[in-house]
Amino acid sequence: MIFGIPIQAFAGQLLVGLINGSFYAMLSLGLAIIFGLLRVINFAHGAQYMLGAFIAYLILAFGGIGYWPALIVAPVLVGLFGIVVERLALSRLYDVDPLYGLLFTFGLALVIEGVFRYYYGVSGNPYPVPPALTGAVNLGFMFLPIYRGWVVIASLIVCIAAWLLIEKTKFGSYLRAATENPKLVQAFGVNVPLLLTLTYGLGAALAGLAGVLAAPVYQVSPLMGSNLIIVVFAVVVIGGMGSILGAIVTGYMLGVAEGLTKVFYPEASNIVVFVIMAIVLLMRPAGLFGRDA
Amino acid sequence: MSEPLLSVRGLNAWYGESHALHGVDLDVNTGETVTLVGRNGVGKTTTLRAIMGLIRKRTGSIHFDGKDLIALPLHKTARTGIGYVPEERGIFASLTVDENLILPPVVAKGGMSIEEIFSLFPNLKERRNSPGTKLSGGEQQMLAIARMLRTGDKMLLLDEPTEGLAPVIVQRIGELLAELKRRGMTVLLVEQNFHFASKIADRFYLMDHGKVVSHFPVEELESRMGELHEVLGV
Repeated sequence: MIFGIPIQAFAGQLLVGLINGSFYAMLSLGLAIIFGLLRVINFAHGAQYMLGAFIAYLILAFGGIGYWPALIVAPVLVGLFGIVVERLALSRLYDVDPLYGLLFTFGLALVIEGVFRYYYGVSGNPYPVPPALTGAVNLGFMFLPIYRGWVVIASLIVCIAAWLLIEKTKFGSYLRAATENPKLVQAFGVNVPLLLTLTYGLGAALAGLAGVLAAPVYQVSPLMGSNLIIVVFAVVVIGGMGSILGAIVTGYMLGVAEGLTKVFYPEASNIVVFVIMAIVLLMRPAGLFGRDA
Repeated sequence: MSEPLLSVRGLNAWYGESHALHGVDLDVNTGETVTLVGRNGVGKTTTLRAIMGLIRKRTGSIHFDGKDLIALPLHKTARTGIGYVPEERGIFASLTVDENLILPPVVAKGGMSIEEIFSLFPNLKERRNSPGTKLSGGEQQMLAIARMLRTGDKMLLLDEPTEGLAPVIVQRIGELLAELKRRGMTVLLVEQNFHFASKIADRFYLMDHGKVVSHFPVEELESRMGELHEVLGV
């Protein structure tokens, strides 16, 4: 017993919190990268996550292509979709008010979700857990479904890899420098327009990858993205707009905070993230990891 | 005399609706150090930014090393071999000294190696893992120049490299520019500090109201002081 709560219930909700936190972290990471460089608030991020899950679902249903190839195929396709969107539309909006980018991606999300709702309705479609990851292990105090453990580990790997890419590589140094002063980086001879396109593609691909990981946990549904994206935006704001590390750490933290709230005061579990957001904005308007403007 | 390396004719430039340059003409020959002088706000920095392509609203002609720069997108200008050191230095806070140093892509052979750069700037070597903006103002200026030395550029555009720096650092930058000149680097310099500029410049262009009003070699500097004082208002 912990604070009068059975340890199984406590650990169970902690795990649910960690799983949700894994998705918050992966999605807010992509949002933070895109916002940092493009100054676009990507409202299509949830739709891109949903697209990743649907691609996994569709290539399994119609092509018999399973989970492991889908982990590669879906992010690549969603990333390519992002590249096309950036080239055709977003790149034309950089010189106008940032609100246009927000409105465009919001509209795009509605269109994508509308198309999938038309063909697949709003009820979820199940996606099987891959055979290698079925079952559970007994940890002594609880049973851990192997797939859920895998999601937490996979999301950690994705976040660490993304962080290393940004902090330790040449591409990352261009990305960081262009986030600070894109004109000067371009005047040094770096093809910044191409960098912006690739970055949006990378952000979209991350959302697509999160979607594939989510498919066996949640149902594959056209609305799965919009259900999540509002919380993810709160995570980005709490972490500090554009802060990569902030997005990752805050994502896991808030998932766990949500899970623990379910144990101690279930009625508040849906709003706890927003309460934390309000408190953080009052105390530190730039977010927990944000630099003060 | 051979073709100038940089030849600017009738350069006009605008910041939004504001017409900042009114037909600038200037030439810089290979290996020369040429200095733009003039009061604040007459268009010296704007001239450098327009040549570099950072100001897109521009007309006239800019020929560099046989290429017309007006037609090039911003990121292709540097690829022709021009390096730019902005007035505000442009050191990136989220990059280490090392990362700042290797950020500009190498555009041609003949640039310095990292070892050569560190032998010229031992301070930077000691602090290579610090964030770029933790350096002192003088060190940041050194870094801003140093990072353009490994790219193989034929020419540097330097905007007020001595601004706000202590005399001992200014002297150090003067020695550096003299060394670059010995190595054959072509430099277009904007400088308020006459004493500093007179020691390294071959020629001067005097600007007023967005255009060049006169130009002369360094040997005529003494005899031109009357005219200069009038235009500069010093």
